[in-house]
Amino acid sequence: MSTSPSGPEYDAWKEAYDATKKRDVPFETMSGVPVDAVYGDAPYPGQYPFTRGVHASMYRSRLWTMRMFAGFGTAEDTNARFKELLRSGSTGLSTAFDMPTLMGRDSSSPWALGEVGRAGVAVDTLADMEDLFADINLGDVSTSMTINGPAATVLAMYVAVAEKTGVEVNQLRGTIQNDILKEYQAQKEYIYPPRPSMRIVTDMVKYTTAKMPMFNPVSISGYHIREAGSTAAQELAFTLANGFAYVEAALAEGQDVNEFGKRLSFFFNSHSDFFEEIGKFRAARRIWARWMKERYGATDERAMLCRFHTQTAGVSLTAQQPEINIARVAIQALAGALGGTQSLHTDSYDEALALPTEKAARIALRTQQIVAHETGVTHVADPLGGSPYVEWMTDEMERQAEEIFAHLDDLGNGSILEGCYVGIENGYFVGEIADSAYRFEREVNAGRRIVVGVNDFTEGDEGEGELLRIDAAVEDYQLKRLESIKQERDSDAVAASLTQLTADAADPTINLMPAILEATKAYATLEEIAAAMEKEFGTYVEKAIV
Amino acid sequence: MSESRIRVVLAKLGLDGHDRGIKVVARILRDAGMEVIYLGLRQTTDSIIAAAEQEDADAIGLSMHNAGHLTLAPSMLHALKDAEMDVPLVIGGIIPTQDVDELLSAGVSGVIGPGASAEEVVDIVRTAVAAVARSSESGPEAG
Repeated sequence: MSTSPSGPEYDAWKEAYDATKKRDVPFETMSGVPVDAVYGDAPYPGQYPFTRGVHASMYRSRLWTMRMFAGFGTAEDTNARFKELLRSGSTGLSTAFDMPTLMGRDSSSPWALGEVGRAGVAVDTLADMEDLFADINLGDVSTSMTINGPAATVLAMYVAVAEKTGVEVNQLRGTIQNDILKEYQAQKEYIYPPRPSMRIVTDMVKYTTAKMPMFNPVSISGYHIREAGSTAAQELAFTLANGFAYVEAALAEGQDVNEFGKRLSFFFNSHSDFFEEIGKFRAARRIWARWMKERYGATDERAMLCRFHTQTAGVSLTAQQPEINIARVAIQALAGALGGTQSLHTDSYDEALALPTEKAARIALRTQQIVAHETGVTHVADPLGGSPYVEWMTDEMERQAEEIFAHLDDLGNGSILEGCYVGIENGYFVGEIADSAYRFEREVNAGRRIVVGVNDFTEGDEGEGELLRIDAAVEDYQLKRLESIKQERDSDAVAASLTQLTADAADPTINLMPAILEATKAYATLEEIAAAMEKEFGTYVEKAIV
Repeated sequence: MSESRIRVVLAKLGLDGHDRGIKVVARILRDAGMEVIYLGLRQTTDSIIAAAEQEDADAIGLSMHNAGHLTLAPSMLHALKDAEMDVPLVIGGIIPTQDVDELLSAGVSGVIGPGASAEEVVDIVRTAVAAVARSSESGPEAG
């Protein structure tokens, strides 16, 4: 028999819990047994170091946001999809850009051949961004934009659309991924070398802090690190270390940790090892809160919160017997919920081979709706807290992460930011990730690790079903669109704005955002703007390390 | 002894940055005794041909994870033909089964799909190299 919780921490939790609005559903089991909002010991959810959750009432007040990432074809195609989502009650938009856009290349670049509109929407100029958000009031929606290398230009285009449609820039809400450090470590969508790239990130943090207080300028992402092959602890450690690096860069620019700290958010992977993932999520909150408070001097608790988005592990999906991926996604989604995520994207079962079909994407959304509405896991905050195994796993994840922080601190002579630069330059991150990926493959290959449908239980693979194919006509359309914009624009204004941008890039004391904004308004292309900064910054070429 | 080792040039052609698979394949081939020259990301058909010539490659392996294989693999084959190089091309990555025949009939020598075992990876490369060696007039070479 456990005793009823009491004490000052419980009273404080109760006060915070009572002060929040709850969803209008019965908080009882399927059989009608009423359950408490939290069990176990202090510190409770919403209390430092937030191991047990960022809010006192967690999902009793608000379920996680079911934010499904989408984007394809032309800006008009995606705009139609956005409007449909808004009509069906969604208030959050999430934009996927195609590969040339992610790399700061125009659709007309020779590099873009075969890639235009394939894996997301193509954006070459402000005109595409105007089409993308046509008839949508940017003051009413929250927009997530997954882009890194050319993030400043895309953010400037978003601001320009707001200005042109009469929306106050300080009303804009959303998140831009803008996590350039993990690009060198894992996703590899960089343009410039790390240091000038960090200047751009810091300029964006400063710009949004001053002008867009409701906009999150960085989403620090471990997702891609894990997909590239890292372990759970490496994902945790590299991601939080990158977070520390952004904090150190902003502090060096005289920014207030309590201000920008509140607008940093995270993005993690949820893989198949259930308890390891839950331990990782809980450890992330605890580590971030401690470091923000103790090392970086945050005093506002909101600046210590590790709020995060979760996506199920794309890399865990098998091309063999694709339907069984639905089971994998369900387990990974449940781990995200038990880990206290703020939003969740569930992968579609057919994504091992292509972008999801509509049916597969719907099943993925339904999967997280089952977790949210049928399982009852949302009634109790941190329901696994206090379990000896889960608490041990949380401690173990933290211990492994702290070892990696100590290494990076050492590499950087007491600066995690410098440690990250050194680790990028000397191949530490990519080497560690490749080693972990190869270790996993060897274990699968030796049969010591079972992947159902791949190296065991292989009967029943009837091959792939219908796959989504993107119409090649998108490329023609986009090329014509770009050509006509180039004909119509004032080329002198474009040239002048680009010259100014290059000049500003040469002076590190100048914030780049105003010049980028001017260039986007003159309808300079994404690639022209990238090239104007490239003149000063150069490009980054990764050493090919196996 | 080293003269007879299979030399493979591996590269990522185009913008796609997914390099987990190609790095694993590089280590598998190396562990199987092959000489692996990994060119890295963002290569062009020209840079790959130059490297294959310079390294006297027995095979070229490209990795594609972005649905670009039906565009990029033919452009590589075309470039090889223009350069009059008789080097087998192996494509690895996210290749749907329904596209494998199209790639093979276009002239790709082997396809390494998702979930391939280490033995399959090595076999596909060895078979591709052996097939070209058999068909070349100068008689059998490496492999």
